[in-house]
Amino acid sequence: MATRLKSAAAVVAVGAVLAGCGGGPQSGGGKVSGDAIKLGVITDLSGVYSELAGKNAIEAVKMAVDDFKKSHADDAVSKNIEVSQADHQNKPEIANTAAREMYDRDGVDAIFDVPTSSAALAVATVAGQNKKLYFNNGAATTELTGAQCNPYTYHYAYDTYMLAHGTGTTVTEQGAKQWYIIYPDYAFGQDMNKSFTAAIEAAGGKVGTADPTPFPNDNFATFMTKAPNLSPKPDVLGTMQAGGDLVNVVKQYNEFGLKAKGVDLAVGLMFDTDIKSIGVGQLAGTLYTTAWFWNMDAKSREWADRFKERTGTRPTFDHAANYSAATQYLEAVQRAGSDDADAVRKELDGHEFDDFFARDAKFRAEDHRVTHDSYLVKVKDESKVKEDFDFTELVKKIPAAEAFRKASDSGCDMG
Amino acid sequence: MELVQQLFNGLVSGSFYALLALGLSVIFGMLGVVNFAHGAFYMLGAVGAFVLLDTLGMSWWLALIVVPVVLGVFGMALERLFVARLVRLDPLYNFLLTFGIALILQDVVRLRYGVASQPYPRPALLDGSMSLGLFDYPKYQVFVFVFSIVLSVLVWLVLTRTRVGMIVRAATERPELTRSLGIDVRRWVTPVFGFGIALAGLAGVLAAPMRAVNSGMGGDLVIVIFAVVVIGGLGSVFGSVAAGYLVGMLSAVGTLYVPAFSQSLVFVLMALVLLLRPAGLFGREEGVRT
Repeated sequence: MATRLKSAAAVVAVGAVLAGCGGGPQSGGGKVSGDAIKLGVITDLSGVYSELAGKNAIEAVKMAVDDFKKSHADDAVSKNIEVSQADHQNKPEIANTAAREMYDRDGVDAIFDVPTSSAALAVATVAGQNKKLYFNNGAATTELTGAQCNPYTYHYAYDTYMLAHGTGTTVTEQGAKQWYIIYPDYAFGQDMNKSFTAAIEAAGGKVGTADPTPFPNDNFATFMTKAPNLSPKPDVLGTMQAGGDLVNVVKQYNEFGLKAKGVDLAVGLMFDTDIKSIGVGQLAGTLYTTAWFWNMDAKSREWADRFKERTGTRPTFDHAANYSAATQYLEAVQRAGSDDADAVRKELDGHEFDDFFARDAKFRAEDHRVTHDSYLVKVKDESKVKEDFDFTELVKKIPAAEAFRKASDSGCDMG
Repeated sequence: MELVQQLFNGLVSGSFYALLALGLSVIFGMLGVVNFAHGAFYMLGAVGAFVLLDTLGMSWWLALIVVPVVLGVFGMALERLFVARLVRLDPLYNFLLTFGIALILQDVVRLRYGVASQPYPRPALLDGSMSLGLFDYPKYQVFVFVFSIVLSVLVWLVLTRTRVGMIVRAATERPELTRSLGIDVRRWVTPVFGFGIALAGLAGVLAAPMRAVNSGMGGDLVIVIFAVVVIGGLGSVFGSVAAGYLVGMLSAVGTLYVPAFSQSLVFVLMALVLLLRPAGLFGREEGVRT
């Protein structure tokens, strides 16, 4: 019985191989490995980041593939473009395994998204070892283009330096010199605290106190009580919390009436999904920095409308970045005429471009930071909100040249 | 002065611990069931308030009554349909059952609303802050504290001054003895289970305006509540409530002075209590089950 099953399985396997050889559509020149360009998305499909990234990040990459196929209907280097996905549950060890499986077993040519800094760094290590491409959109740590950089990893959407430089610098320059920072006690929070403190001090401000908070945490009363009693009294409370913790901070900030006590609120990282969770009214006027927002101009709105048709919701900047990165990657493959990682890398390094997401953008060769304009924005007054997710109002554009850390300061050595 | 205010912060977060521990404690006492789904019912309370507001426009005040009643009935049904069947077996079976129920409830909410938090406004009447003599404090949080104290006192009165209460208390603290006196303990098991669940739901409704409302909000809380119940003394009703406020204050002060350890403090206290007074601060030695 067992033998029969085995031989049956062997027949099926051989058949599949034969079909694969003979039946697949031929690509031009045969320069594409495995006869297909394969994109992999590693993201959080069930945890805290599954709304701001998650299944819609995968959808964004698929949308980029569909659009690429349409625009290169006649001349595409390969018509076979596949998208695979994996849920890393925000755990570095699962991300590591998923990345290995994608590169080694499934022949994936490039990995996208990967929120959660520790998981993002784990995938970067795998990409470097396998010499396969990796575009991070979901994570914030500057380590990706710093001490832990490698020639196959690009950091595409944002990072803690960009967030701190936008919000920290501007709020300090506007007169809020004394800061009180609270940050969740893990890699992302610590990195945010460091970046913000550096930006604030460079702008002539001072971080009087910075408190790590438990994670996750539903009770921030301790810090809300402490803030106005600190000496010297802080002008602004900088919260580096994300997701549910951020919701708790803002609710309790309002409840304790800190604004009336002269302590303003600045948020380190916020997505449209967070604003929806907290309620626009609770956040009106709050400043934060973003890589992109969906209704910032006609070009963005046009894409966001197509995204909504496909997914039923408005995109976060992570979704937009995944579409943009996948498109830039496919175009580079097209220019190189091959999906060989080193050939594509040569096309990307130093490449300048401009699309609906990344304006005045450049793949910086020195540290693989993708630089582009970023935006200091504030949450609209509730009365000005005209439609769902219409939450953001531009305060100041931060030009690409200033938005990100200088390559010379990155500490990155490509080797 | 700031310390006094920090201690008051602790009393407010302790209010949630107290209400949850009270329910967990009566359920454990009466059924010998460690209800792992308690945090999930707290979450359902908050999400329930949001759903009622979102679909029916029901005010928070009304939700404060409706949600616990509905969840209480739901709890009673669960007890009749599932928990009761496993009570006679090893307690592990009910532990696994309630753990499973918790996962299912969380995933059902996640299926419908995802992991994002849902917005819930503060009731207008409780907006703003009020003077407490020494310092100003958010009205809403004062309300939560007073409400939980009043509720705990009411439960205490019912338990000590009424016949039903005496039976429940006797059955909670000395189940075998009560049964041997010819009292039908079984009859009170279902309502007590429902009552415990209703309290968890009530705590959830109270949490909705001041905390993030999402499918995961009860997950971590339930561990702390277990520690609270152990500190107070398994099966001791008064002990659970007192330990709830105590742990609340401990974590508030802990967060202030030793933020890195604030989450482990409660478990350190639990370990100490288990070492020095295995029956808990307010439990009686002979009440320890083997």
